[in-house]
Amino acid sequence: MTTATTGQPATVGRPPTTMDNAAPRQRLADRDSALAWIFLMPSVVYIVALVAVPFVLAIGFALSDVTAGDPSFDWVGTRNFRRAFDDPVFWRSLGNTFVFTAVSMVLIVVLGKVLANILMAKVRGKWVIRFLVLLPWTTPVSLSAIAWLWMLDSIFSPIDWLLREMGLLGSPGALFGPNSNMYWLGEPDLAMASVIAVHVWRLTPLAAVIMMAGLVAIPRDLDEAARVDGAGYWRRMFEITVPLVLPLAAVAALFGAIFTFTDMAVVDVLTNGGPNNATQTLTSWAFFRGIDGGDIGQGAAVALFLFPLLLAAAVAILRAVRRMEVR
Amino acid sequence: MSALTPPLPGVAEAARLRRTYAARHVASRVGTYTAAILAAFLCAAPFLWSMVTAFKQNRDLYNPANNPLTFSRPATPDHVTYLFTDTSFLTFAWNTLWVGVLVVAITLLLGLPAAYALARLDRPWAGWFGVAIFLVYLVPPSLLFLSLSRIVVAFGLQDSTWSLVLIYPTITIPVSIWLLIGFLKGVPRDIEEQAMVDGHSRLGAFWRAVVPLAFPGVVAVVVFAFTLTASEFIYALSFVSPTADKVISTGVPTELVRGDVFFWQSLQAATVLVAVPIAIVFNLFLDRFIAGFTQGAVKG
Amino acid sequence: MAVVEVKNLTKTYGSRPDRGGRGRAAGSVRAIDGIDLATEEGEYLVLLGPSGCGKTTLLRTVAGLETPTSGDVLIDGHVVTGLPPRARQVAMVFQSYALYPHKSVYGNIVFPLRASRMSRPDRDRRAHWAAGLLEIEHLMARKPRQLSGGERQRVALARALVREPHVFLLDEPLSNLDAKLRATARDELKRFQAEIGTTTIYVTHDQVEAMGLGDRIAVLSHGRVRQVGPPVEVYDHPADTFVATFIGSPPMNLVPRDGVLVGFRPEHLLPAAASEPDALPVRLAVDRVEYLSGDRHVYGTALGVGEQTRVVARLPATVTSPVTAGDEQEFAVSRDRLRFFAASSGARMDRVPL
Ligand SMILES: Nc1ncnc2c1ncn2[C@@H]1O[C@H](COP(=O)(O)OP(=O)(O)OP(=O)(O)O)[C@@H](O)[C@H]1O
Ligand SMILES: [Mg+2]
Repeated sequence: MTTATTGQPATVGRPPTTMDNAAPRQRLADRDSALAWIFLMPSVVYIVALVAVPFVLAIGFALSDVTAGDPSFDWVGTRNFRRAFDDPVFWRSLGNTFVFTAVSMVLIVVLGKVLANILMAKVRGKWVIRFLVLLPWTTPVSLSAIAWLWMLDSIFSPIDWLLREMGLLGSPGALFGPNSNMYWLGEPDLAMASVIAVHVWRLTPLAAVIMMAGLVAIPRDLDEAARVDGAGYWRRMFEITVPLVLPLAAVAALFGAIFTFTDMAVVDVLTNGGPNNATQTLTSWAFFRGIDGGDIGQGAAVALFLFPLLLAAAVAILRAVRRMEVR
Repeated sequence: MSALTPPLPGVAEAARLRRTYAARHVASRVGTYTAAILAAFLCAAPFLWSMVTAFKQNRDLYNPANNPLTFSRPATPDHVTYLFTDTSFLTFAWNTLWVGVLVVAITLLLGLPAAYALARLDRPWAGWFGVAIFLVYLVPPSLLFLSLSRIVVAFGLQDSTWSLVLIYPTITIPVSIWLLIGFLKGVPRDIEEQAMVDGHSRLGAFWRAVVPLAFPGVVAVVVFAFTLTASEFIYALSFVSPTADKVISTGVPTELVRGDVFFWQSLQAATVLVAVPIAIVFNLFLDRFIAGFTQGAVKG
Repeated sequence: MAVVEVKNLTKTYGSRPDRGGRGRAAGSVRAIDGIDLATEEGEYLVLLGPSGCGKTTLLRTVAGLETPTSGDVLIDGHVVTGLPPRARQVAMVFQSYALYPHKSVYGNIVFPLRASRMSRPDRDRRAHWAAGLLEIEHLMARKPRQLSGGERQRVALARALVREPHVFLLDEPLSNLDAKLRATARDELKRFQAEIGTTTIYVTHDQVEAMGLGDRIAVLSHGRVRQVGPPVEVYDHPADTFVATFIGSPPMNLVPRDGVLVGFRPEHLLPAAASEPDALPVRLAVDRVEYLSGDRHVYGTALGVGEQTRVVARLPATVTSPVTAGDEQEFAVSRDRLRFFAASSGARMDRVPL
């Protein structure tokens, strides 16, 4: 197999389509397929070894009683799942995960489109604006989440300070109540909103960049044709631009969903799932059970529960993209 | 002309229209600038504010009555210096850098040929395979890290930064293949056929003709993969505990958050110091990155 | 129907401050350099010129897609400069057709009608009328990517004409088609325009297309109009040497003589035996003879008219006298076929006695 690919000058040929007699065609085609395998194999081996194997192992954990203290592997069937389903925190996390993902997704896609338009506009100092806008995405999430932790601090939050200065907080009859602080991460609903806001803040730039790609790809003459046809700004926006970026918007949504679903750093740093599990998601819950709680089997079962959800979402989105494809 | 077409505007009407459109143009410029500045501010606010915080004295910072946006006491570089003298910040940065570089190298080494095979070698299973690779990307780290930590132990890499070099490509390879397929499809087939007619093998044509032309894609992948690597948290937290082997995303929080005590100023300084260089590099290659998504990545 | 007029129009690219630094470094481009031009009612005016001469820019300025640097655009006597495209009620067919890829053929055709807020039954009626006219009714449900090049062109035309615009602007709509399809499409375009009689401005760099389609041709070069006139006039009485050599294949022969260029078309340079008796004799040192679908193209050096110059003669199949490469032979040009241009400016001048 290897010798076939080393390309001796004597056997170098043209692409198979231009060959005219049968024997060399067969050999060349073989060579292409051999090359394809050689090119693919390292990636495949790597991924099978470090994704597929641990994935199967995770399924094994989920069906066993492995804990941090007792790493022996005993088959317990679906007990871990049943225990998870019996736990109200699991259902709470599941609900939170859906709210978290759905709300973030909508915001990320809509704001991403708006941001993409802004980044595409002809303005002076575009470079600086792009740089500032990219910061949330390029900063390691654990650090930016800590920066936000301070922004949302229960006592020193500068947001609270601004609200107090504007008279919206901390005085009797103020819009946000008479307390001197909002306790962004202490009130259940506010905590969820804060987590979502930080998450959206972090991922919108990526969505914007992906959608910029979609906007760049729209031929300019389509927009011009629509203008000559008499269409105004909004009609062009909703009948030409939006339908044409939709496939990439879906991809942006998919990326966003994956990051939202699988990334627990924001939750972990900001609220640790609290207060009272109000911001607990499946991912963070799995982490707490599996690592902090040491109940590896249970953690794996909860984490495994994520996968079919993610798979269904991804398949739905990818199929939608294929259907929307226009060229 | 038939009743269908409305008459063209008369002189007065045209003048009025012209004024309306001119006003609208001005309004849209103003709106664009306002929106751009607002967007930049919203995105960068925590960082701008971090830069102020990083230089505050403790007595200034921990007084809720003080204006958090300005200095109520003289600025001090102490906390920034602390970052360099009393923590392993530079070690973390160095670890992040070399892990990133190695991961990017492995990603390209494995991903580029794989993407080429899927984009160009016309295998009937290529489309199916492409989707499969993308699906790998969906497997959440939170599902894998428990079992991966056992594999890391089996390789004898526990508590070593090398474990990250080994594991991170599983995150970066699938996305990179996906991005690169788009770029490679954008390279005209003739060029590679020309190279083969000129006496190169398929492999030679790939290396000499295709890779240089797909270079923007390679750059995009490098930047994206590096960002993903620098940001990763769960694996870094689970596999590596000695301070000297940590990377920024785990090292900075663990060193500067001692129990309930947060070294806020130093944390803020670290955030800015890490965020700015990566954002500058990303911004340099932004246009190429964008091109990567366009060139048929979705068009499969 | 309407008259389109441009007055003293100029368009400079890359000089506007908001274009950013990149354009300025390359210097500014004067794409249109003072053009005065008016169509007639219901006329088919062709803009012809070499690549990069500003044809597209002129068309886009008329459509309102570009703002002129100076000068005015008038449609039907109304100044429309500065008004956006939709206030002008023009229809444009782009070189790429710019069909909306996500809309069906029907959706494409009704798009301008929806933009003008026409009621649904009316829209439907007009769309089917336009589709019927262009014989694409059976394609209504398809997407543009499922159409052939010729079908796409017809959809683009249908989209342009449903609205009954004041003017049609066509930017090289045939250039994407193969040679055979191009000939039939050209034929269709002409027939179709004659039928509905809407003023049309048609851009091309293909002189055959221009000669075949235009009521009048405007020849452009470097952002200026060199000549406007009916095809016959532009061909027979070119205003300057640029027009003379740009139109005609092979182009007009130009022989310098005493500060004057003596011009004659290849088909008028005939063997002396086949010419009138008082024709201007030209001695031709023949290098090469080509046979092209019945005609013979004779390449050689003209002696005795002025300076020695390489010229081409095109002998129709009816002229049978033998011509052999390597010989010197007597040719002649009928005197009323001679054209004269100033050697310095290239402009046409009065007849000079030879
Ligand atoms: N957006 C632009 N910015 C700068 N220069 C431009 C721009 N558009 C056109 N030009 C320049 O203006 C000149 C005229 O261009 P135009 O597109 O009108 O040519 P054309 O006659 O249509 O050519 P072709 O037959 O090749 O289509 C060219 O020199 C071109 O380079
Ligand atoms: Mg043009």
